Amino acid sequence: MLDNQAKPLVRVDGLKMYFPIYRGILRRKVGDVKAVDDISFDIFEGETLGLVGESGCGKSSAGRAILRLYDVTAGSIRIDGTEISHLQGDDLRRLRPQMQMIFQDPQASLNPRMTVASIIAEPLDEHQKLSRKARMMRVFELMDAVGLNRDFANRFPHEFSGGQRQRIGIARALALNPKFIVCDEPIAALDVSIQAQVVNLLEDLQEKFGLTYLFISHDLSMVRHLATRVAVMYLGKVVELASREQMYADPRHPYTQALLSAVPEPDPSVENKRERIILQGDVPSPSRPPPGCNFSTRCPQVMDICRREVPDFIQLADGRHVACHLTSQ
Amino acid sequence: MPDGAPPILDVTGLKTVFTTRSGEVHAVNSVTFDLAPGELLGVVGESGSGKSVTMMSLIGLLPMPPAEIRGGSVMFEGRDILKMNPDELRAIRGSRIGFVFQDPMTSLNPVFSVGFQIMEPLRTHMGLNKREARARAIELLELVGIPDADSRLSNFPHQFSGGMRQRVMIAIALACDPKVLIADEPTTALDVTIQAQILELVRELRQKLGMAIIWITHDLGVIAGIADRVMVMYGGQIVEQAPVRELFACPQHPYTRALLETLPHVTGGRSRRLRTIEGQPPALRDQPSACPFAARCRHVLDICHRKNPHITRLNGSHDVACFWDAAKDGLRDAG
Ligand SMILES: Nc1ncnc2c1ncn2[C@@H]1O[C@H](COP(=O)(O)OP(=O)(O)O)[C@@H](O)[C@H]1O
Ligand SMILES: Nc1ncnc2c1ncn2[C@@H]1O[C@H](COP(=O)(O)OP(=O)(O)O)[C@@H](O)[C@H]1O
Ligand SMILES: [Mg+2]
Ligand SMILES: [Mg+2]
Repeated sequence: MLDNQAKPLVRVDGLKMYFPIYRGILRRKVGDVKAVDDISFDIFEGETLGLVGESGCGKSSAGRAILRLYDVTAGSIRIDGTEISHLQGDDLRRLRPQMQMIFQDPQASLNPRMTVASIIAEPLDEHQKLSRKARMMRVFELMDAVGLNRDFANRFPHEFSGGQRQRIGIARALALNPKFIVCDEPIAALDVSIQAQVVNLLEDLQEKFGLTYLFISHDLSMVRHLATRVAVMYLGKVVELASREQMYADPRHPYTQALLSAVPEPDPSVENKRERIILQGDVPSPSRPPPGCNFSTRCPQVMDICRREVPDFIQLADGRHVACHLTSQ
Repeated sequence: MPDGAPPILDVTGLKTVFTTRSGEVHAVNSVTFDLAPGELLGVVGESGSGKSVTMMSLIGLLPMPPAEIRGGSVMFEGRDILKMNPDELRAIRGSRIGFVFQDPMTSLNPVFSVGFQIMEPLRTHMGLNKREARARAIELLELVGIPDADSRLSNFPHQFSGGMRQRVMIAIALACDPKVLIADEPTTALDVTIQAQILELVRELRQKLGMAIIWITHDLGVIAGIADRVMVMYGGQIVEQAPVRELFACPQHPYTRALLETLPHVTGGRSRRLRTIEGQPPALRDQPSACPFAARCRHVLDICHRKNPHITRLNGSHDVACFWDAAKDGLRDAG
């Protein structure tokens, strides 16, 4: 675990990211998709915070809001002490180099008409004035760092495999020496045998450059491998935030328990013995969350209070945070 | 599984080649396997290893051209499916052999109600009248755990969630009481909690209906939980095949071994660093003349670059296609 000296690099407090829903010919606003609905956590310097949860629970929206790729609805985001939640224009642009993103689909996030070198150099061109030679040196340095052969500098993205394309995306994200990187499902589109290559690379780079990651994933086994702490989201809210050890050995929120029990283990002797919690039904729509706790419609341990009152996100004696009436009683 | 019962499906030497503008793709190379009645055969392998093309070949679902089946036989109920005419094939598909694909939205027709799509095969294949078909459709939706089945019949596919649509697909596949169900990555697009619901449903259905199932996935965890036997594919070939416990406990092929080592777990020990399989899968441009895994193999021997190993039986029920012998860490004795 992290010692007490660990310093938060990113502090998210009460963050909300709502997307308005418009209807009719007058495009009147009829409601909001509450993609992120009041989440708070810190990310310590040099750590990897895993952000997990099922599709549509708001992971990407949270990651993008934290990097200010969106105008946020409410809340505070501090990066290295600077409040960025309401910065605009040049003020925000100046901070961009510090915080970068690696996307799920390397295919869609790389311009097919640009060479690998120009893709990697794009952020350099935008933020730094380098000589031709210095620029090329930097590109080669980055290609070395992510394990891409320098000979490929003038090739195009489609000439690469999925794993190699993800390396191109990672090199570009590293170009401006960021401190903080949001990795949004960076291995979800890759084959198992390629996933480990990319994960090891991310770990090596973290060590080498002292990077801090928000690692978004629906793969709970990979998050267990990578993350120091884990935040579990359900329908726009963080329901549990704990150290990796606490989260996997002793999950407290009924949703975390169900989620973990649903992950199939590649071992028949474990699979045959495991207790499964099978949740009924589907996740409600984030534009119409239920009253009370968002998980109350599927929770196997639901109580009356859960259907009326939103549980607070409170810290337990062991240091973790949970939003559940069962633990707050 | 009933040992020794004759297989319900018997595939021998299946070869499928695509002709593309940039040359041939040898997608399936001499694939041989069988399926016992009531058995759940898991098929694993990374994308492009030939899982889907194998299954589509054996029931005539591939567009020809570009595909061409260059050899093999698929015996089902005493007849070779590869020799059947299109009408006979259609009669078998969707009645004797059912299918479920990864993305229900591409296989469900968006303009017809779900009820119509379940009732259609019942009327054409089983000759039920409208009333009987409707009753059976309701029964099927209830069987796959869709609440208010009666009123959901008139709903369209987009009115169902992803997990519910996959249940509808399973209901359609089961409509005519098939002997074999082929499920191609049926839970890959679903979230884990929804996947857990579908896996639970399949366990129940097997108990109730007893059909044989071929379940394709790239997720070894899913296989560990539901399969009786596992077939591992790589580069268009079966590289290993064994009962599920045996395969996970004593994997023989270096690819299977590496794959199992590279996977992180949610329980048990946690390794500091993941083991990787360096390199890329093969391009399948030609008929294989060497082991398809040789370039990435930790135990590669000289011979592996010159010859493609045949799949051979190690013991009662475990087959492997590899020159390397795990037990002696060297060349396998010619058996
Ligand atoms: N730009 C957007 N406009 C409207 N709704 C959005 C937008 N982005 C995401 N959403 C909605 O917000 C919710 C959360 O989405 P997302 O953050 O992508 O979830 P996750 O990454 O966990 O799968 C979903 O219901 C999604 O449809
Ligand atoms: N229509 C097609 N034309 C050309 N090649 C194809 C076609 N369909 C599949 N292939 C090739 O056949 C091989 C096996 O594909 P597939 O069976 O879909 O793999 P899997 O299901 O294991 O992911 C791949 O190399 C794929 O590119
Ligand atoms: Mg996302
Ligand atoms: Mg496939």
